[in-house]
Amino acid sequence: MALHHREAAPVTQVEIDLTINGENHQLVVDTRISLLDLLRERLGLTGAKKGCDHGQCGACTVLLDGRRANACLALAVAHDGSEVTTIEGLATGDQLHPLQEAFIEHDAFQCGYCTPGQICSAAGFIDELDEAVDGPLSDDLIRERMSGNICRCGAYPNIVSAIREVASARSGAAERVGGAA
Amino acid sequence: MTPVSAATIDGLRRIEGRDKVTGAARYAYEQQIEGVATAVAVTSTIAKGRIHGFDAGETLAHPRVLEVLTYENAPRVAEDADSEPELAVLQTSAVAYHGQVVALVIAETLEAAREGARLLAVEYREQTPDVELSDSHPGLYKPDKVNAGFPTDEGTGDPDRALEKADLVVDAVYSTPNDHNQPMEPHATVATWSDDGHLTLYDSTQGAPMAANSVSKILGVDSGRVRIISHHVGGGFGSKGTPRPNVILAALAAQALGRPVKLALTRQQLFTMVGYRTPTIQRVRLGANADGTLTALVHEAFEQSSTIKEFAEQTTTCSRVMYASPNRRTAHRLVRLDVPTPSWKRAPGEAPGMFALESAIDELAVAAGMDPIALRIANEPDVEPETGRRFSSRNLVACLREGARQFGWDERDPTPGVRREGRFLVGSGVAASTYPARRQPSSATARANDDGTYLVRIGAADIGTGARTALTRIAATALDVDPSRVVVEIGDSALPFAMLAGGSMGTASWGSAVVKACRALVEQGGGEVEVDTKEEVAADADLAKHGFGAQFAQVRVDIDSGETRVDRMLGVFAVGKVIEPRLARSQLIGGMVMGLGMALMEEAILDPRTGATVNHDFAGYHVPVNADVTDVEATWIEEEDAELNPMGSKGIGEIGITGAPAAIANAVFHATGRRVRDLPIRLDRLL
Ligand code: FES
Ligand code: FES
Repeated sequence: MALHHREAAPVTQVEIDLTINGENHQLVVDTRISLLDLLRERLGLTGAKKGCDHGQCGACTVLLDGRRANACLALAVAHDGSEVTTIEGLATGDQLHPLQEAFIEHDAFQCGYCTPGQICSAAGFIDELDEAVDGPLSDDLIRERMSGNICRCGAYPNIVSAIREVASARSGAAERVGGAA
Repeated sequence: MTPVSAATIDGLRRIEGRDKVTGAARYAYEQQIEGVATAVAVTSTIAKGRIHGFDAGETLAHPRVLEVLTYENAPRVAEDADSEPELAVLQTSAVAYHGQVVALVIAETLEAAREGARLLAVEYREQTPDVELSDSHPGLYKPDKVNAGFPTDEGTGDPDRALEKADLVVDAVYSTPNDHNQPMEPHATVATWSDDGHLTLYDSTQGAPMAANSVSKILGVDSGRVRIISHHVGGGFGSKGTPRPNVILAALAAQALGRPVKLALTRQQLFTMVGYRTPTIQRVRLGANADGTLTALVHEAFEQSSTIKEFAEQTTTCSRVMYASPNRRTAHRLVRLDVPTPSWKRAPGEAPGMFALESAIDELAVAAGMDPIALRIANEPDVEPETGRRFSSRNLVACLREGARQFGWDERDPTPGVRREGRFLVGSGVAASTYPARRQPSSATARANDDGTYLVRIGAADIGTGARTALTRIAATALDVDPSRVVVEIGDSALPFAMLAGGSMGTASWGSAVVKACRALVEQGGGEVEVDTKEEVAADADLAKHGFGAQFAQVRVDIDSGETRVDRMLGVFAVGKVIEPRLARSQLIGGMVMGLGMALMEEAILDPRTGATVNHDFAGYHVPVNADVTDVEATWIEEEDAELNPMGSKGIGEIGITGAPAAIANAVFHATGRRVRDLPIRLDRLL
């Protein structure tokens, strides 16, 4: 058997502009770099985790222009001009985001490796809630919409109760769900 | 039933909770090290044979690639590394399984390393692999011992004769698949050598001190020169219990390059390089009198290991503990195949063993026309069946009764296959749980600071178990101060030597050392003390020490698709003194959820022709997601046991997975009338 030679792909660098956690970054990036690797490998923002690199686990979830997204599936160059919020950008100074508080209170994690993704995903989920489309907030809806975020430690019951608390406390949501669960 | 919320349970919030929810907690790969290069592992695409050659030309020509390491040029490991063949990486041209590491590409960036790995050409001389376990494989043999040092076979009386004479007989073969740990954090290491030959490793490990010792042996470096730091670990479930190839690869690469190197395995690589639960084929035979009293119990397991290392899981040891029977035989047979080396996965032995035993007990209850709880109670042993030792405490019956009460078991009609709700058949099942309660020697220091705070140091690990928090509570209780005045330092091999987080022995082992240190400090009236618990552990009473539990499941099976959904799970455990109730509940639930995965979805499939793991990612290997877990609750009964350790605690990391698959399988039988004896309970197995 002859050794199989593979074609090398050309390496290209491109300049992009990103706003990450409110801070502007002008970056020259390898076109192959994912948003996740840009955050983790280049910017030292290791809060977003790599669990699979294939869009199958949700550990890398960030808010990309306000919507939750798997940063491992986003090529950085494709998001020139975007706004990114990572777990590091959710708290306001020392004041934790309500979801961060709720995850601690409800013991909604064990090893913590899925947690930044769970919290960013939950933040996106709560913003997506639309009575017209989703119907009332329910545990089933939380479970369904949070199923892109794997927790191998199996903290799901606590994740659901943490998100339920924050989602139902959100203004307006409380009447809609009529004190869900 | 109103769902219980951890927020309403008293107790400490996780000490590192804030760091984990803000992203501040740095895991191994995330350490920020100046000048670090990035490595990517290349794995074999054959399951048996030899590497015939490499062509690294394209790889090395690729911009920013620094080096390719193979067995031809990698630094040598110590000679006696042969004793750890999985860690003697890049030392030989031989390939023992598909997915074994054959090369490492190191580059300035991850993108370049990945492309370099893709460009590396490897030529093999391939032989036909043998990757299929069967109970009639000609290579089956009797290993000298099974994992954790248990005897391979044991028994009493004449079970064959007893089976012949029994009023009731269950004789069934059960199987469990190749089943994977898959912690969310892939195994990763950052390695740095100092100029004077000291190696610092940031590693994802369940026990830094023990891992540092093994690494020093493999590399042939003085043990004082290897330090492993591991402050946060993204789960392990056994797969990070001993060092994995990533540690040695990173260390060799850093040595070869003369600069720091980091390496994270990919999700796919976790399917072959870090261990998994062996598939099992288990034959269980039960003989009983008409009243359900056991007269014979035979439990035989067939398992696999790789050709390079013997790992024999203790699959049938649970049958030496659970039920009284005058005639018993338990046995293990192993075959060495061209497969990745299996290892520890959460409750090795008990998890698959209790699936078979507790399914068979359910089958006996059906045959006897008895309630399965009553049948279990009728077969309670007075002493540990294998050894005749007294139990330090055994509250299985109390768990079964309390669980039955909370679950509403008494209203259950035992007739299988008769409850229809819309397009679903509904049923419920019960099974017992068990796991040994052991401890190992550990050491710790305790210091009283001038400002009224205390510092406790121990080489323990928190892999998500809550160890940091539980040890803080244990120290505060022993010092009789508020937990806010205690700082516990763990996760570093430079700390006092301690047991790894394994065998559900962490808290019992570390807690014993922490209590001893804190008490000695109080007695001394301040300053600093260092202790170890070798003497105490050696003097431990020779008793049967196990945790027990009862698990209940309610399922719903779609009559058209055969899909099984678990609507409710309840576990009631007897695990000694529960140290931090909030965290303990989480850990028990976590075990039950993993048991749900084992019951319904988890199964890695090897291509019998190539030996490749074909479903090696989360798209193909399904683990439970949020929507699979509707209502899982764990609770416990008060259990006093003064013969275990100063806390009176039993380990809780593993017991939750034991019994869960059988409870679900028994519920599926109750729902459908179909006995599924092969895990996972796939749709096709119900159609
Ligand atoms: S790392 Fe992006 S989804 Fe898993
Ligand atoms: S907390 Fe460990 S994976 Fe979710």
